[in-house]
Amino acid sequence: MNPTDLPAAVERDANFNFGYLDERTKRMIRRAILKAVAIPGYQVPFGSREMPLPYGWGTGGIQVTASVIGPQDVLKVIDQGADDTVNAVSIRRFFQRTTGVAVTERTVEATLIQTRHRIPETPLAEGQVIVYQVPVPEPLQRLEPRETETRRMHGLAEYGLMHVKLYEDIARYGHVATTYDYPVMVDGRYLMAPSPIPKFDNPKLHMNPALQLFGAGREKRIYAVPPWTSVESLAFEDHPFEVQRWSQPCALCGSTQSFLDEVIVDDRGGRMFVCSDTDWCRQRRPADA
Amino acid sequence: MHENDRPILRVRGVVKRYGARAAVDGVSFELWPGEVLAVVGESGSGKSTLLNAVSARARPDAGEVEFLTRHDGPVDVYALSEAARRLLARTDWGFVHQNAAEGLRMNVSAGANVGERLMALGERHYGRIRAEAGDWLRRVEMDVARIDDSPQTFSGGMRQRLQIARNLVTRPRLVFMDEPTSGLDVSVQARLLDLLRSLTRQLSLAAIIVTHDLAVARLLAHRMMVMKGGRVVETGLTDQVLDDPQHPYTQLLVSSVLQP
Repeated sequence: MNPTDLPAAVERDANFNFGYLDERTKRMIRRAILKAVAIPGYQVPFGSREMPLPYGWGTGGIQVTASVIGPQDVLKVIDQGADDTVNAVSIRRFFQRTTGVAVTERTVEATLIQTRHRIPETPLAEGQVIVYQVPVPEPLQRLEPRETETRRMHGLAEYGLMHVKLYEDIARYGHVATTYDYPVMVDGRYLMAPSPIPKFDNPKLHMNPALQLFGAGREKRIYAVPPWTSVESLAFEDHPFEVQRWSQPCALCGSTQSFLDEVIVDDRGGRMFVCSDTDWCRQRRPADA
Repeated sequence: MHENDRPILRVRGVVKRYGARAAVDGVSFELWPGEVLAVVGESGSGKSTLLNAVSARARPDAGEVEFLTRHDGPVDVYALSEAARRLLARTDWGFVHQNAAEGLRMNVSAGANVGERLMALGERHYGRIRAEAGDWLRRVEMDVARIDDSPQTFSGGMRQRLQIARNLVTRPRLVFMDEPTSGLDVSVQARLLDLLRSLTRQLSLAAIIVTHDLAVARLLAHRMMVMKGGRVVETGLTDQVLDDPQHPYTQLLVSSVLQP
């Protein structure tokens, strides 16, 4: 398939306000985003709106994207690294219909990327904005259910509890078994849930030249990692942070540096490992493949 | 036994009101390093409220609570910033709840429960945390093999031991205990009391124990304070108060104890 063979262009529907949200809502969300950028990793509450899709499908990410998108933007939407999965296709069409912006599957061409569960393998550049869909913005929620208490812990930077979770993992499994949504410390101050990206992607958060915005629609929180900000994955001295490794390269493009998905290819136990980032995989393959 | 010449805790005129009613009405006392003080009285006499007020868990409406810190001398705990107060509460202090589930994290293992304070203080070496946790389980006479078990699977007595280990791991100098042995059956209670007595002695812990059980006070405390209606009606050495009660209420309390 040719990378430019996108689904038939969707016309902008003039009956929608640009970016679906009304202007006052966008202004409210932009204010929250500015505050989030000013305090890296801090969860800013915002008045999350009803969106035309259920919670858990990316309502937070969509609201953030709708508030920062402009007519000149080139949008890429990925779900688990792929541009052609249901969530990605639906959200891309939504923005085509409500904004009429150009869309792309190429990471390098995009100015705005909305993502669920992955950071593209192609390094992001200055000037790009990446928006994450976040189901649970509070990294301490599983350990401390009282939000009054978790907010106080953030305020006082009391984060020992997060290490209790890692301790528990090692005690139970012999290693830190958390493989996605792996907690990080932003700019040495705020503990942050990086959304359910695999921990493989955690190092990409660190000193990333792009602006990273996180939107949680149900939990009504926005947070951000500004460009060139330190993001450190938590660990123990004797159990340092490690990312996933695979024993084989991608079966399609031969990449050894990308995050691989296991795909079952028949009903006799046949399986192969392929890049989860479809754009990365396609760019690495010969043009005729 | 008091090598220090200053009290570790000085409480002056503490008043705590719930609405118009004063649950604690002007209580003052001093606690010396290594001393165990029992606060006894019937339900509703204000003893738990007093404990919460002096342990910086509930700000009193009037009065002062002054703690002798390791390095900065005596400080008014309610004048400290919240961050400093919380740091104090999880390093130099311990708090043992009556219901162990309140003082424990029931969804993480025993080892993580004991290690939590260490991690909160910045310990980032798994092996050391685990060794320390194991050591403390041993000291409270628990089976070290259960270090990875959840407190959900523990009996009431074991949970109480675990709660004590979790509090003592930072070697606090002052421990508050709210009815630490009620709700346990008598044989478990006896072993726990024995453990508490040896631990307070070994670590020369100062402790305030709130209890309605005079036998607990007799076993553990050097000194006791009898409360009624939010006021202290009698105070003195434990044996003296129990053997020769002066106030009519104390006399009633002492004579109400059932003899098997």
